[in-house]
Amino acid sequence: MALLDVSDLSVGIGALQPLDRISFALKKGRILGLVGESGSGKSLTAMALMGLLPLIGARVSGGSVRFDDTELVGLPEEVYRSLRGRRMALITQNPMTSLDPMLRVGAQIDQVGQLHLGLSAAAAKASSIDLLRQLRIPDSATVHQQYPHQMSGGMKQRVVIAMALAGEPELIIADEPTTALDVTIQAQIIQILVDLVRQRGLALVLITHDMGVVAQACDQVVVLYAGRVAESNTVDAIFARPTHPYTQALIACIPRAGQAPGSLKGIAGMVPSVGSYAPGCRYHPRCGKAQPICQGEVPVLQLQAEHRVACHFAQPQGAHG
Amino acid sequence: MLNYCAKRLLLLVPVFLAVSVVIFMIIHLVPGDPIDNMIQIGSSPEQKAALIARYGLDQPLLLQYSVWLRNLFTGDLGDAIIMRRPVFELIAENLPHSLRLGSLAFIFSTVVGIATGALAAVFKDSWIDRSVMALILLGSTLPSFWLGLLMILLFAVQLEWFPVSGARTWTALVLPVLTIGLHGVALVSRVTRAAMLDVGRRDFVLMLHAKGLSHRRIQLQHVLRHALLPVVTILSLRIGWIVGGAVTIEFVFARPGLGSLLITSLAQRDYPVVQGCLLMLAMAVMLGTLLGDMVQAAMDPRVRDSLR
Amino acid sequence: MSGLRKTALWRVVSTWRGGLSLAVMLLLALAAVFAPWVAPYPYDIQNLSATNKDPSMGHWLGTDEFGRDVLSRIIFGARTSLAVALTGISVSVTLGMCLGAAAGYFGGLFDRAVTAVVDLTWSFPEVLIALIFVAILGPGLYSTMVAISIAYLAQFSRLTRAQIMAIKNETYVEAAANLGSGHLHILFRHLLPNAITPVIVAGMLATGDAIILEATLGFFGLGVQPPKPSWGAMMSSGTAQIFLAPWTILGPGLAIAVAVVSINLFGDALIDALDIRNRVRDL
Repeated sequence: MALLDVSDLSVGIGALQPLDRISFALKKGRILGLVGESGSGKSLTAMALMGLLPLIGARVSGGSVRFDDTELVGLPEEVYRSLRGRRMALITQNPMTSLDPMLRVGAQIDQVGQLHLGLSAAAAKASSIDLLRQLRIPDSATVHQQYPHQMSGGMKQRVVIAMALAGEPELIIADEPTTALDVTIQAQIIQILVDLVRQRGLALVLITHDMGVVAQACDQVVVLYAGRVAESNTVDAIFARPTHPYTQALIACIPRAGQAPGSLKGIAGMVPSVGSYAPGCRYHPRCGKAQPICQGEVPVLQLQAEHRVACHFAQPQGAHG
Repeated sequence: MLNYCAKRLLLLVPVFLAVSVVIFMIIHLVPGDPIDNMIQIGSSPEQKAALIARYGLDQPLLLQYSVWLRNLFTGDLGDAIIMRRPVFELIAENLPHSLRLGSLAFIFSTVVGIATGALAAVFKDSWIDRSVMALILLGSTLPSFWLGLLMILLFAVQLEWFPVSGARTWTALVLPVLTIGLHGVALVSRVTRAAMLDVGRRDFVLMLHAKGLSHRRIQLQHVLRHALLPVVTILSLRIGWIVGGAVTIEFVFARPGLGSLLITSLAQRDYPVVQGCLLMLAMAVMLGTLLGDMVQAAMDPRVRDSLR
Repeated sequence: MSGLRKTALWRVVSTWRGGLSLAVMLLLALAAVFAPWVAPYPYDIQNLSATNKDPSMGHWLGTDEFGRDVLSRIIFGARTSLAVALTGISVSVTLGMCLGAAAGYFGGLFDRAVTAVVDLTWSFPEVLIALIFVAILGPGLYSTMVAISIAYLAQFSRLTRAQIMAIKNETYVEAAANLGSGHLHILFRHLLPNAITPVIVAGMLATGDAIILEATLGFFGLGVQPPKPSWGAMMSSGTAQIFLAPWTILGPGLAIAVAVVSINLFGDALIDALDIRNRVRDL
């Protein structure tokens, strides 16, 4: 049974509708990649799942989010609060700013254990130090007493991961966890997350704009464009047979070793801002296969059990190198 | 922490020296013979000679400065020309009044300022917020001495609730403290409000919510602590304004204190007193700033590392 | 004026806050400049049979202890206050910009020395600095101007320095240096024009403070000396009549308040319109 079942989730800010009927399902022990360019609504999805939309002046305007048989949409705040940090945890994009600069990092991890697991200060501290050690932070007892500004970005992000794990959650939502880090560190952090999922049987929603990361780490993929799902499938299938033109373009953009100079591909145009979406299929202004019908409404087709694609001309491409 | 305090104290020395040089030079920059500026008209040659010996007035300037400095540390600040008393005595008499006024005004500003600023932030855009903003505008733009005079006119003259001037009763403290304090409240309130709103928007606050902490706990245990930082910064940078405000308001309310002493002696050209008062007031500013810096260092680990 | 600044000015003027305060400022300035024609009476005509009179048709704000018309004295006092404040601030801005630009651009020991001195004056209250200069130079118009120039120097120096340091590392400056431009050329042609806007606005706001400082000194009796009318001195002599003729205090005080509040509101509106709040923020 799916741990997380998102069904037609829509998010509104004022009169705008930045997320429109997003659907996906995630089981324990699996990693779901949520891909899209900036402005596609990825972070909003994360906030919606955590129930933090009011903090940015947004609200769920439709749909349902079921977390292990509990309906999260409309859940009373006190109940939601007991879930956050305990059964579902968030890792945000910028470790530079997601830690409280005035507190030692250890205390910030301990806080979770003390709040949700009823640990004593000493027990929480021991547990945090152990967590840091598991995340391959050398000399974790010393690091526990340090302040955020005394650490590198990669270390900070591991602390944030530790904070997420301290409540022993079942679901982790990682919103672009490596975007703000050096390239060399990125692979390490992704590997840490993958290992955690496999070892502890967690479910992970990995939000990223990098198809390369998706290929490396994820089991299933949801491709977002302008607030709607363009395509979703297992990772092997989507790379083998990308069906939506946007997915195909994204995959074509991944740089390959040995590529001829000057042959890097991009996608013409820019992601539209909320409020200036095209009618019908929101991708059609940038799509090579656009036809007049694309300005009419776009249905979601279900071709197979795990494969969904939203395009009038869905045509799987051959395998890509 | 101790490291920081030691270094910070060390920094005080050159600052003090620089300020003391400027104050020392006043007597020599003013038109007229320094000797005449330090002694009453019609003094006998013996008295002048005694003065010269005491302050080394026949020596080169640098030596004179060192003599002056040495005298300072032994409590010899010279003698007042008009009142014919040691400056040290005059200052010792007036200092407690100024201290009382200054510290009360400071406490009043800080407490009321933080409270109103926090309220305005929590109830943003409500009538509470708008009233506080209006108060801030008034407090920061109205000249303090006018405010003082208004207070006197309204509360002392018309309503007769408080004495018009002087320092005979404790009620005489109310209006002066309010006058100085209002300006401070405006400053602290504005900074507190802005800081709380600003901090509330930061990423780590989002993370605190994501960890499952309650809104109230987040505001009180985390946001407020952060918001206090800019408040302390502003207060420690602007601690001087209390000194400035006290000087003005003491004069307006005709209260005894270093401020009125300074003004009257300036008008009377009683330079030894002027120097003594300026020195004391400057020390007050420097010590206040030092204290503020140390409090900041205690609150924010990043500050402690800044003097490495 | 660049296009941005023109539209910003328009945006400011079209709001209540901006337009009204600008109108008041202009009114005051005009009254000050044309004082001999605007004021109903000369400021020094005494009428010892009509002292301390309440406001009336003949004297809109009453008379003072020598029978002089309060309103006229306020209008002439505006001349003093505005002239002293503007001159002092202009000098302060110029000196401050030079110091700050040099410190920010050349860096190193020079920068640290200048910053140390500037920070020192920064933490001292303006009143105290002003009193030090009054002590040295004696009371009067010029010492007030000098006091104002020095007292506000710190903020302009710091602002300019911060601006210069932020821009100096931009690539277009590097490009100019690579092309062989001399230091002065880079400073004046590239760096200063960009740094100048927040400093000008800060200068405007400081003028309000300078008016208050001038009045405070006048109130102490250490500013502009009689018979020249000065708002501060008027209020000071008014305190002796506080029971009899409160208008001698309220009048000048109101004038100061109106001047300063309108300057502050206008400056604030300008900051919002130019969107430089982060650069001019309370240092």
